[in-house]
Amino acid sequence: MTTTLQPQRVLKATTPAVAPRSTRKKKDRGYETRSLVSPLSLRSRRGKLTYWTVLVVVVIGFTLAFVFPLYWMVTGALKSPDELAQIPPSFFPKSFDFGVYADAWNQLQLGVFLKNTVVYAGGAWLLTLAVDVTAAYALSKLRPYFGKVILAMMLATLMIPPMVLLLPTYLVAKDVPIFGFDLLNTPWAIWLPAAANGFFIFLLKRFFDSIPRELLEAAEIDGASPMRILWSIVLPVSRPILGVVSILSVVTVWKDFVWPLLVLPETDKMSISVGIASLSAQMPQNVLIASLVIASLPTILVFFVFQRSIMAGLTAGSLKG
Amino acid sequence: MAHLVAKPPVRRSLPQGAARRAVGRNLTAYGFLCGALICFAFFSWYPMVREVVLSFQENNFVDPPKWVGFDNFRSVIEDPAFRAAWLNTAAFSGLALIVGYAIPFVLAVVLNELRHARGYLRFVVYLPVMLPPAVGVLLFKWFYDPGAGLFNQILDVFGLPPLSWLDSSSTALISLVLVSTWMNLGTGTLIYLAALQSIPGELYESAELDGAGLFRRVRHVTIPQTKLILLVMLMLQVVATMQVFIEPYLLTGGGPENATVTVAYLMYQYAFNFGDFGGGGALGLMLMVVLMVFSTIYLRIARDNEGGR
Repeated sequence: MTTTLQPQRVLKATTPAVAPRSTRKKKDRGYETRSLVSPLSLRSRRGKLTYWTVLVVVVIGFTLAFVFPLYWMVTGALKSPDELAQIPPSFFPKSFDFGVYADAWNQLQLGVFLKNTVVYAGGAWLLTLAVDVTAAYALSKLRPYFGKVILAMMLATLMIPPMVLLLPTYLVAKDVPIFGFDLLNTPWAIWLPAAANGFFIFLLKRFFDSIPRELLEAAEIDGASPMRILWSIVLPVSRPILGVVSILSVVTVWKDFVWPLLVLPETDKMSISVGIASLSAQMPQNVLIASLVIASLPTILVFFVFQRSIMAGLTAGSLKG
Repeated sequence: MAHLVAKPPVRRSLPQGAARRAVGRNLTAYGFLCGALICFAFFSWYPMVREVVLSFQENNFVDPPKWVGFDNFRSVIEDPAFRAAWLNTAAFSGLALIVGYAIPFVLAVVLNELRHARGYLRFVVYLPVMLPPAVGVLLFKWFYDPGAGLFNQILDVFGLPPLSWLDSSSTALISLVLVSTWMNLGTGTLIYLAALQSIPGELYESAELDGAGLFRRVRHVTIPQTKLILLVMLMLQVVATMQVFIEPYLLTGGGPENATVTVAYLMYQYAFNFGDFGGGGALGLMLMVVLMVFSTIYLRIARDNEGGR
């Protein structure tokens, strides 16, 4: 079922790998397509030696480059300021005093920042889904007049890097034209711009396009309303792409720095990244490091759980301009 | 009702029922679209117009804005930081390409050959990407500490003299490049890895039968087969690195002596430190024009490919 619904491949590596994992696993274990190095040369003694040397070097190298800094961060937080300033540094902290994490939590009001960030990311996620899914469905299946123009204008926004529109968008958030709302220091300043995402529209529309028309026409003849068709037919078969869009939207808002820095200047409203950065100068070194650990835990946890969706979204994400 | 239906000439001959259905379908469609239209109108489309208007006006947000022609551009260009900002941005992008463009590809080629620990390696290389950028940058700020920072300690282990990293104008920019590369390496690596897996094995097979060694196979099979994604990533990386902001903002504040001022950072300073949104807008517009060139190249590559397959 899923294979027939897969969006047409534009560029192999930039389409979400929505195929179930089991197929890939089987390929890895059983019959293997060869790559750069031939399996034959790997079987010789010299080949085996080279292979294992490279493997060990790569594993150690990756661990040093990508895991060791994180180890240094987690243990650094446990060291006293004196121990942090010591030369040469201690590889293991002298004492395991987890009180510093409590200090960081209280002194930096990390609880407030985390709660804010959850509200921003969660709200942005819900609004993005509601707005972009309905729009993509309308453009893909209802095909209104000027639909193509609207789609082109939405995709054109991908051509403009977000940084260069920072100032005008900030001015809009500060004083919304026509309505005159001031969105600064409100979650709407994060939610509304997050939903205006041409890339999500593109991903969703491309997926909806691949849903066979007959499926929808059958429901239409049975008298189902467009809303009902969207809810009961389109959404259930679109789960893979909805997963990718959900993860991307939450992670994007969670990691964002510049936009929340501008539109949420009040300390009580800050997101976790901005909060830590703005209070970093006044903190003792170890408390700051502890707060960095706390701030990175949620995203790393999300990565552990949703690794597959994130990596699928990544290859789709390479199209993002 | 009738005049609404008559609008598109193609539909004119449709029977009454079909026409009514078309109107209903359009109403529903625009009902579904209205949320997105509002969001895009206010936060994507209007800001583009506003950006242009902003850069040609003098605006203090109290008095009505005044059209000043190219005055904003003139005053920004005369700023000594302007030249530094563009040179630094270009240098940052260039260095990031030298340091960060080939590495992910090499890593991906090696990873693709390994039959063990694949899940671990893939997970680990992407870990820094998952950190919030502010966390990664602040972490490196601590590593760069000239006293007891990790990097100087490592240099010390190898008997090398300590560096002053962020505090010296000769090493500050490359320090920023290092952070940025460390944080973004995983993305490229995994994208290349996905591309490599789609190369048919027979190509390597026949290249080998023709007597091509390892490096010749990389040159004549791997690279041509992934040329497209390599080009796309090149454009994307240029566009991404030229918008660099968070690194100078959190690590150096543009210093020492403007050695790390970037265009995006200068734009921010103009607007929020000097209160000159006109000057900031002018800088933003110039950056937009430059980046659009790269975006256009990227789009052409993507489109040519789409037609080709």
